[in-house]
Amino acid sequence: MENYYQPEIECASAEQIRAWQNERLVKQVKHVYDNVPYYRKKMVEKGVEPGDVKSIDDLYKLPFLTKDDLREAYPYGLLAKPLEDCVRIQSTSGTTGRRVVAFYTQNDIDLWDECCARAIVAAGGTNKDVVHVCYGYGLFTGGPGLNGGSHKVGSLTLPMSSGNTERQIQFMTDLGSTILCCTPSYAAYLAESIIERGLQGSIKLKAGIFGAEAWTEEMRHDIEEKLGIKAYDIYGLTEISGPGVSFECSEQTGMHINEDHFIAEIIDPVTEEVLPEGSKGELVFTSITKEAFPLLRYRTRDITVLSREKCSCGRTHVKMKKPMGRSDDMLIVKGVNVFPSQIEMVLMNKGYPANYQIIVDRVHNSDTIEVQVEMTPEMFSDNVGEITGREKELVGALKAMLGIYAKVKLVAPKTIQRSEGKAVRVIDKRNLYK
Amino acid sequence: MTVKQISVFLENKPGKLAEFTDILTDNQIDMRALSLAETEDFGILRIIVDDVYKTSTVLKEAGYVFSITKVLAVEIPDTPGGLGNVIHIIGDSGVNIEYMYAFTTKKQGIAFMIFRVHNNEKALEVLLKNGYHTVCQEELKEL
Repeated sequence: MENYYQPEIECASAEQIRAWQNERLVKQVKHVYDNVPYYRKKMVEKGVEPGDVKSIDDLYKLPFLTKDDLREAYPYGLLAKPLEDCVRIQSTSGTTGRRVVAFYTQNDIDLWDECCARAIVAAGGTNKDVVHVCYGYGLFTGGPGLNGGSHKVGSLTLPMSSGNTERQIQFMTDLGSTILCCTPSYAAYLAESIIERGLQGSIKLKAGIFGAEAWTEEMRHDIEEKLGIKAYDIYGLTEISGPGVSFECSEQTGMHINEDHFIAEIIDPVTEEVLPEGSKGELVFTSITKEAFPLLRYRTRDITVLSREKCSCGRTHVKMKKPMGRSDDMLIVKGVNVFPSQIEMVLMNKGYPANYQIIVDRVHNSDTIEVQVEMTPEMFSDNVGEITGREKELVGALKAMLGIYAKVKLVAPKTIQRSEGKAVRVIDKRNLYK
Repeated sequence: MTVKQISVFLENKPGKLAEFTDILTDNQIDMRALSLAETEDFGILRIIVDDVYKTSTVLKEAGYVFSITKVLAVEIPDTPGGLGNVIHIIGDSGVNIEYMYAFTTKKQGIAFMIFRVHNNEKALEVLLKNGYHTVCQEELKEL
């Protein structure tokens, strides 16, 4: 049996969805043009006026936004509402030291929560469920998003946040958590910890909503088997709102994009040309209901495919495949966005050489990141304490920049491979997109 | 009177130390003393050699990161309490010892200690006052 949070929207006819999109897009373009000088300038440069966008068929006329724009416009340049009307800020990493900040009005939060509620209900959630949220709370959108969605559904919400596995398991068994929300790697880690303690019989989990990082079908099966649950994927990004931009249904063959709020396009990342349905390319989103931070044609850099094939769950909204890669060099480590440029910036600031390598791996279902730096005569000392002290300082600076622990490994000079042209900075051993 | 110690950065990986000693062998460099401090990822090999100039040239060519530090080489009687006495003298003078290591030569009844201290001058002064002999670079060649 299929469950819906807002059946009249989730199962609306294609014509109805299109009508909503047309109306909201026209309104949104005018709102942005009138209130966001940064984007208005882009429109003027491209020779587009709000009147030129009469329906979603005209979407292609609008200029794109990228993460670089968010950095340039930081912090208020893309804000479309007075700060008095905003009630929340969430944040994510930017390409360099500057973070991306997104603003929300109360209405934005309500709609975001509704999107997450749709995901929870699609995973079988009702007001009888105990929703155990161990995504991080705070600036990261994971915790607040699922927390809000769970409230909308009327489930009993356990705002666990991340970490402290011992306590997670204790609450899970004592309070009978039924739906688990976290990153897939943490779910796999929890599953192992539960099995180690022989507590499989004491947990009541029936479903999991896992996102914020790439995961494979093998990992899904592994988690489902170990926890005895059904594992659902969820997708989102802070720039657009947070988790719940799209979510998986019982068919588990892709994530339905909440098209009443977000218009999705697939483009060729090089030519920026819009590609027909079914093509693999970069996912671009236009927020049509966001008030405070409405991004038009935001390039996500995620590579995927859209499909309008009829879904057995009854939902009519377009489905996107699990992202198959990135059109930039962003890494997702422990659910956190990491750009090699951020690491490079820290190394430069601390006087380390430009030769470095980033090794990302997954050990016991947990992501690890190691930054290898070549030893230089300036850094060297006959005293171990002095060198390890410098290492620690670097670890601290990286943690401040990235928000996660990165191991620093000093290697011998000239051991990091030099390549002609583009240097191979990142070795990702996880093979998440295979 | 101090001697020059060469400290070399080595990765803590199988074969790295062997590669290094091969270079010394190929260049006919003789070590007087050696000590290794290691962490999980890397080690610092500290050596006292007969020819500092030649060794540093060879290491530079081979691309090693290394440094040269002045350390004290103190001659001590090879008897129980021989080391303790020197450590007391240095400690009592308020000089901190960062690390130390020992070596012996063909000379019977005598051992040598290498001391890396915070203040070479002050340590030298108290050692001299107490009748200890510290070895200089030239002397080292003959040992």
